[in-house]
Amino acid sequence: MTSFPEAARVELANAQLRANLGKATTTIRAKRARVVDEVPDWEALREAGRAIKAETLSRLDGYLVEFEEALLAAGAHVHWARDAAEANAVVADVAQAHGVTEVVKMKSLTTDEIGLNDALAAQGIHALETDFAELILQLDGDWSSHILVPAIHRNRTEIRDLFARTIATGPLTDDPAELAEASRSYLREKFLDARMGVSGANFGVAETGTICIVESEGNGRMCTTLPPVLVTVLGIEKLVPTFADLEVFLQLLPRSSTGERMNPYTSLWTGVTDGDGPQELHVVLLDAGRTRVLRDEVGRQALQCIRCSACLNVCPVYTRTGGHAYGSVYPGPIGAILTPQLVGVENAKSLPYASTLCGACYEVCPVKIDIPTVLLHLRAEVVRRAGSPAERLVMRALAWIFAGRQRFAVAQRLGRVAQRSGIRIGPLRRWTKTRDLPPAPKESFREWWNRERA
Amino acid sequence: MSARSEILQRVGDAIRGAPAEPVAREYRRTGGLDADARIELLRDRLVDYRADVHEVDDVQAAIASVCVAQHVSTLGVPPGLPGEWRPGGVEIVDDHGLSPRELDALDGVVTGCTVAIAETGTLVLAAGPAEGRRALSLVPDLHVCIVGRDQVVELVPEAFDRLGELVREERRPLTFVSGPSATSDIELSRVEGVHGPRRLVVLVQP
Repeated sequence: MTSFPEAARVELANAQLRANLGKATTTIRAKRARVVDEVPDWEALREAGRAIKAETLSRLDGYLVEFEEALLAAGAHVHWARDAAEANAVVADVAQAHGVTEVVKMKSLTTDEIGLNDALAAQGIHALETDFAELILQLDGDWSSHILVPAIHRNRTEIRDLFARTIATGPLTDDPAELAEASRSYLREKFLDARMGVSGANFGVAETGTICIVESEGNGRMCTTLPPVLVTVLGIEKLVPTFADLEVFLQLLPRSSTGERMNPYTSLWTGVTDGDGPQELHVVLLDAGRTRVLRDEVGRQALQCIRCSACLNVCPVYTRTGGHAYGSVYPGPIGAILTPQLVGVENAKSLPYASTLCGACYEVCPVKIDIPTVLLHLRAEVVRRAGSPAERLVMRALAWIFAGRQRFAVAQRLGRVAQRSGIRIGPLRRWTKTRDLPPAPKESFREWWNRERA
Repeated sequence: MSARSEILQRVGDAIRGAPAEPVAREYRRTGGLDADARIELLRDRLVDYRADVHEVDDVQAAIASVCVAQHVSTLGVPPGLPGEWRPGGVEIVDDHGLSPRELDALDGVVTGCTVAIAETGTLVLAAGPAEGRRALSLVPDLHVCIVGRDQVVELVPEAFDRLGELVREERRPLTFVSGPSATSDIELSRVEGVHGPRRLVVLVQP
């Protein structure tokens, strides 16, 4: 994985990207603020959302078993997947059992995370992305840069050109309505004939086995109601204990995410319904690193995330670099704490540093994930595991100096001299060039005491 | 060891000794508006999503005039749609398991709903006799939804109070509809109607 600073340097050079991102994140930020401000009990909802998720995680094994039992009773098939490969194999097996070579798929970060599309392609199965932005990216071999608006780095002319050489049946202008129409007619045929759908999930209800998805376009409804077979891949952290808990999240999520009071469509289904929707339902419960995150008492709150993307839009780092620089399916502040924990900090050690620790992400988070605290916790972890020998040596020397009063006094005097003479030390020069230390006092308290009172 | 037992064991090991989290539910559970104000709020929110909203005395006549205005000649309905709502002047197609292509050939669809949430401008369809299958209100390009006055609640938790039993006891699928289908994926310009109905007409009964 390319380090964040290296990748960010490339992205920052892209003026189009920065302009689009700046405009998009400013707009969504303002919309969110407007609809959050009109809710008088927003803080009470946030606290309830946080507590429900924390409670779920604290007794997750029980809730998983309850969810499984409810699903089985409702006629669904339940599969457990320790890792990406196991989850992908389940989806491929279901497709092959039905002789299906193309599945319609709704936008799902979880399936992006496990590389489902590539895994299916390797088995000769095409996973057709049906979300407008995801379709754009798929047609162009590109990948998402924002959780909510994945193609935010592309402009209308680029999309027109792309459609003109791929799915358009006639001439096209770059009017967004016309471009949406082109995707509608292309996908409509696919939906009507689809034999298998694949979805992620926003929430799973342990009490009833209900699965909940939120969306805007209706492609999710198409994928989850028209095909006779549906496979839903769900990270084990997506559970909530009871059906009534959704009343909290369906208020928090749309306002935090798109800045709407409610998203156009929310679908909830509880197993198989006779004569309505898929008559064969498979649910894949995915671990893929989540239990590793759960082990960390500080870091586990990252699993409370409901994928709203509010933290991206307020982050002074994300709003400039965009999502690609993070090199992870989950970008922005939440990505900086979730990805290193999912894949191991040793495999993403620059991500906990992709932040100024300004705390804006914590303030907008609808489930109160304390992202700055987790970032610091992970930075400590990175240093503990992989601190450079020089750093360890310096720290050991400092510990020795601080441990003796004489040595400490000498160091104080030396430090004063060094600061007054304007020394900028070799490898630290880049850091000290842009930062001023407060001037060291002319004498320490002990020196003053010795002079005045001794 | 099976994937199931291994994941459950990993979870159990990870959370051993984790303290239980008390959940404080201090958010609003009941609204304070009267019926007229609730309907006014619902209308305001739906119009904000660019739905058409009308308060109508005669549902049948209102549906008929929507059909004329929107050039609807074939109208899909759930089999349980009340007879007094069914308009003349159009071909009415009862959905006894229409195929996706048959649904696609319809010009529009009329359904009822189970509850409407004023604060968020949301209609909840719960697969009741007058609401029909999920696909019925999805595939045709025009959705006309009839809302009864007593179906309008102010807050989201009030709607969940009414829906809980339908899900727990009957496992009914639910669809929350808040305006027509939309996308903002191209430079954040909002476009109505991507895959779901492009036009949503809401008729509120007195």
